[in-house]
Amino acid sequence: MGQITLNQITKSFGDVQVIPPLDLRIEDGEFVVFVGPSGCGKSTLLRLIAGLEDVSSGKITIDGKEATEVPPAKRGLAMVFQSYALYPHMSVRKNIAFPLRMAGLDKAAQKEKVEAAAKVLNLTDYLDRRPGQLSGGQRQRVAIGRAIVREPAAFLFDEPLSNLDAALRVNMRLEISELHQTLKTTMIYVTHDQVEAMTMADKIVVLQAGVIEQVGSPLELYHTPRNKFVAGFIGSPKMNFFMGSFAAEFGAATIGVRPEHLTVSQDGGKWAGKVGVSEHLGSDTFLYVDMDGVDEPITVRSSGEVGFRHGDTVHLTPDPDKIHRFDNQGLRMA
Amino acid sequence: MATQHSRSAARLMMTPAVVLLLGWMLVPLILTLYFSFKKYLPLRGDSLERGLDWVGFENYVRFISSSSFWPSVQTTLIIVGGVLLITVVLGIFLALLLDQPFWGQGVVRILVIAPFFVMPTVSALVWKNMFMDPINGILAHLWRFFGAEPISWLSDASLQSLILIVSWQWLPFATLILLTAVQSLDSEQLEAAEMDGASPVARFGFIVLPHLSRAITIVILIQTIFLLSIFAEIFVTTGGAFGTRTLTYLIFQRVIDSQNIGLGSAGGVYAIILANIVAIFLMRIVGKNLDR
Repeated sequence: MGQITLNQITKSFGDVQVIPPLDLRIEDGEFVVFVGPSGCGKSTLLRLIAGLEDVSSGKITIDGKEATEVPPAKRGLAMVFQSYALYPHMSVRKNIAFPLRMAGLDKAAQKEKVEAAAKVLNLTDYLDRRPGQLSGGQRQRVAIGRAIVREPAAFLFDEPLSNLDAALRVNMRLEISELHQTLKTTMIYVTHDQVEAMTMADKIVVLQAGVIEQVGSPLELYHTPRNKFVAGFIGSPKMNFFMGSFAAEFGAATIGVRPEHLTVSQDGGKWAGKVGVSEHLGSDTFLYVDMDGVDEPITVRSSGEVGFRHGDTVHLTPDPDKIHRFDNQGLRMA
Repeated sequence: MATQHSRSAARLMMTPAVVLLLGWMLVPLILTLYFSFKKYLPLRGDSLERGLDWVGFENYVRFISSSSFWPSVQTTLIIVGGVLLITVVLGIFLALLLDQPFWGQGVVRILVIAPFFVMPTVSALVWKNMFMDPINGILAHLWRFFGAEPISWLSDASLQSLILIVSWQWLPFATLILLTAVQSLDSEQLEAAEMDGASPVARFGFIVLPHLSRAITIVILIQTIFLLSIFAEIFVTTGGAFGTRTLTYLIFQRVIDSQNIGLGSAGGVYAIILANIVAIFLMRIVGKNLDR
């Protein structure tokens, strides 16, 4: 079980309110990702759920039981930290066994659980090493192992992959997703990387300045972002925004078109522009097109074979069904 | 070739320092060794010009068979051990306390370091006359205030008093080194332990103390080196009486009071041996801690 409800919780540090009243419901077994730019309060929110920070007001319920005043260890949650926070003077075995030891479990039961966790995480050969002798990915797995043995109601991950290199990050992403499939435990995952959010989440919570901008499945956020912020944050490369006369034509203050929903041709189209840099990725080519009346270059995603040169004039045509319209408050228009 | 040249140039430039250091160390050492095998009593007319008599190991035998030798070794070890225990335990406690955020932290930290800047002679005098004096000392007044008989500290509890004075001087050093170690502890480790269900005491025992082990090691090593040779505190307070005669002090008495340089030198050689035994023991225990 791992159903968590946040009811009107706020957090202030001194006079600064970092989290205005906020409601959120996390269902049992869900993989929820908190995503947002740095300083948006996502880590603070996670620490409030963990109990490492006290809420200034509001109520936290875990599995229907009031948990606002419950100390972190008693909430039945396990956390994986950004720095892994392994205990450097203990072997991997002792690290993983630490929560069990603190719970007063007998030696035999400890050994059994540690070895089971090590097997799941491919750590069996490393049990007698110290954290300092392990690679980044292995340390990450030890941290996860330490969380697993507690059989928590929910796992909390605080940017767990940001200290890993790109290739390892993709691997660990898969492993964590796989782990979620196996354990079916609630997981709350904090990241600033929207790719991690999109690939792993059942439900994404987009935060900005402590405010929840939108909650929904990855595809919901992709297809129907509630406002300009979510539209710009979710999706890679970023959505292009057009204002002024471009938007007025569609009866909106701003319109947004994703790079993959623009077709480019040399012969003719809706808008004209000059090709700037083009990035060839093999499978795709990202073209950055400068248009008169638009401040930032427009990103276009086209096939891998297009052969435009720097300075070529091209024409862009948006897919009319895939245009997102926003009013002057930046909210989505139906 | 360039490397060769710069290497020999480097050696050449280091030579003065090396020669100076070696001379500084070797000349007294060799002289001590030399005197320890000689009969050298300046008051009886012995002098270097007239030549000294070779007496073999007689000085060594006399020094070690003296009734005050073993007690002095014991006193030395008690003082060193006592001061180490007090400074390390209180040092950890103070370091943890000073790490907490509180108003006036900066000022308090400077005040904590202050005793270290007081010269040993001065601090011993202050303790002797202002605190421990059985008639006018603050402690005597305090005892009387509670209706107790004042203790004449330096004669009735001389060793304890001495340990107290020296601990007071060295506590800032221990606190300072341990404080920097406490500050370098990753706060996420403590939070992780907290989430893992460790009580504050368990967090101290399992996380903080192992993290401090290296700093504790360094404190013990450095303090031992200096504590083996404390002298001013004893000279000023008890003058070696009431069972406070350490090995260092015994040597001093042999050379200055008895004017027996040969005997004192032999004691000096014993002191070197004792220091090395202690050092070997410490390195054994401590070395493991350092090369992690």
